[in-house]
Amino acid sequence: MSALAARGIALSYGAARVLDGADLELRPGELLGLIGPNGAGKTSLLRVMAGLLKPAAGTLTLGGRTLADLSRRERARAVAYLSQGRDLHWPLTAERLVELGRLPHLGPFSRPGPGDAAAVERALAACDALNFRHRPVTSLSGGERARVLLARALASEPALLLADEPVAGLDPYHQLQVMEVLRARAQAGTGVLVVLHDLALAARFCTRLALFQDGRVAAEGAPGQVLEPGRLGAVYGVEMATAELPGGETLQVPWRRLVRP
Amino acid sequence: MAPPTLRLMVLPLLALLVLALFALSLSVGPSAVSMRLAVGDWLAAGDSTAAVIFAEIRLPRALLGLMVGAVLGLSGAALQGLLRNPLAEPGLIGVSASASLGAVVAFYSGLVNTIPMALPAGGIAGALTAVALLYALAGRDASVLTLILAGTAIGSLAGALTSLALSLSPNPFALTEIVFWMLGSLADRSVEHVTLAAPFMAVGALLLLSTGRALDALSLGEDTARTLGFATGAVAFRIVVGTALAVGAAVAVTGAIGFVGLIVPHLLRPLAENRPSRLLPLSLLGGAALMLAADVAVRLGGPGPELKLGVVTALLGAPFFLALVLRTRRSVA
Repeated sequence: MSALAARGIALSYGAARVLDGADLELRPGELLGLIGPNGAGKTSLLRVMAGLLKPAAGTLTLGGRTLADLSRRERARAVAYLSQGRDLHWPLTAERLVELGRLPHLGPFSRPGPGDAAAVERALAACDALNFRHRPVTSLSGGERARVLLARALASEPALLLADEPVAGLDPYHQLQVMEVLRARAQAGTGVLVVLHDLALAARFCTRLALFQDGRVAAEGAPGQVLEPGRLGAVYGVEMATAELPGGETLQVPWRRLVRP
Repeated sequence: MAPPTLRLMVLPLLALLVLALFALSLSVGPSAVSMRLAVGDWLAAGDSTAAVIFAEIRLPRALLGLMVGAVLGLSGAALQGLLRNPLAEPGLIGVSASASLGAVVAFYSGLVNTIPMALPAGGIAGALTAVALLYALAGRDASVLTLILAGTAIGSLAGALTSLALSLSPNPFALTEIVFWMLGSLADRSVEHVTLAAPFMAVGALLLLSTGRALDALSLGEDTARTLGFATGAVAFRIVVGTALAVGAAVAVTGAIGFVGLIVPHLLRPLAENRPSRLLPLSLLGGAALMLAADVAVRLGGPGPELKLGVVTALLGAPFFLALVLRTRRSVA
């Protein structure tokens, strides 16, 4: 079992305490949504779990082993990270860019082999990016670019994927498309942790939610339990409205701001 | 996008071009020498005038052109990959200016009068001092931005100290000589220059060539590169030290030769499919080709005193670069 577990993570930027005893475990086969207001520490926790930030306190384990004991390559093969930014520095073709996801599997001087090409092919297909594989990524639209970058993260075929706001800036069609890809990966056995701001997407797609507030998890569980109107109102400082869907399900919609005391 | 066959052919074609230009560089010079005779006599360990001209004038010059061009192109490509900026060039980390300062110090201390090799040795010492200072200032785990800021500061300081030394010069002849040296040239270099600089250039080039994969990963940004298993701090360290060794040694023996490290990677990037790892060997060959070609052009440049190579590369490089800027501007607009 290769669950990634963060326990009691603390982190400060200068005097500001960003993470304050955060606990979170990502298990294989789940689509875990991390929600919460801006500045609550979601991205910081994701970066700690990706090994990009060193916490001041707390432990990180992957499949029971301390994360720091793993080599860079072992960790890179097991855990993929999809950052929030979509900056691309050189006009690589989409296919070449996705191929970079295979780097953790390549020796220092070996070239990508048929196995790598097949993984790239699967990732491009999963993200519906095959028809622009030969175009420079700098010429792609926002939705295409997001899919190519997601394909890059999937190309290493990691056990776990950490995705920081993968649907930010996308139109509804592409938001649904990206969430469907993530759900399919989770159903195929990958553990997917996704930072989200859209509570409707979180409710529809995630198998489990963690609501973040002031540097720690305030509530955790099935979407129905976590997305409770009173709790959301208190955490986000907004009044929630309950919308009824055609199937009889209900959906929490942020309706108006509450005046903060 | 170049067709696949052309892409595969780029490396061997460039290698052939370098070989041809190397041979051309050997055969060009003020005295008419039959190459076949000269090489034959040199291989037979003869000491005819032709063999001496070949071994002591032509060969060091061609070898230096090859080596200096190669490391300038390579380090330009590596730095552009590291900084993810097509405007980066070897001078950016203050190494060229520091190597010049080291050479000027060696010149003014009078050491050059007793030991001729003091000039390039001073240049190399200057470059190494710059790197030591860079890491003392920026720290071993410095971010790329800190490294560049510290490098720019060191380069400016070295430039100012060089100007100070020049303006305090008591001897106008010494001044002329050092200014000419700083303009950059491959003329009148000896085999000793080659053997002094070669080890530093070789180590530097190997360090730079070893970073290809990491530079590919860095095209996705520093964070993503780290999560792909690359220690980006160590990569930056290898590139800065590699550039300092290779370019420091190059400047120490030839003076500052600009624009090669900037233009060559820029030109070859499309042929490398924009992949930093592929661009490294291409820029190594491209730099060598450009430098050899420019040095041949300098020698064929008609009567009168030979133009300085650094002047020619800058004169050709600046308009060329402006044209690139205009083209980029149009394609962006």
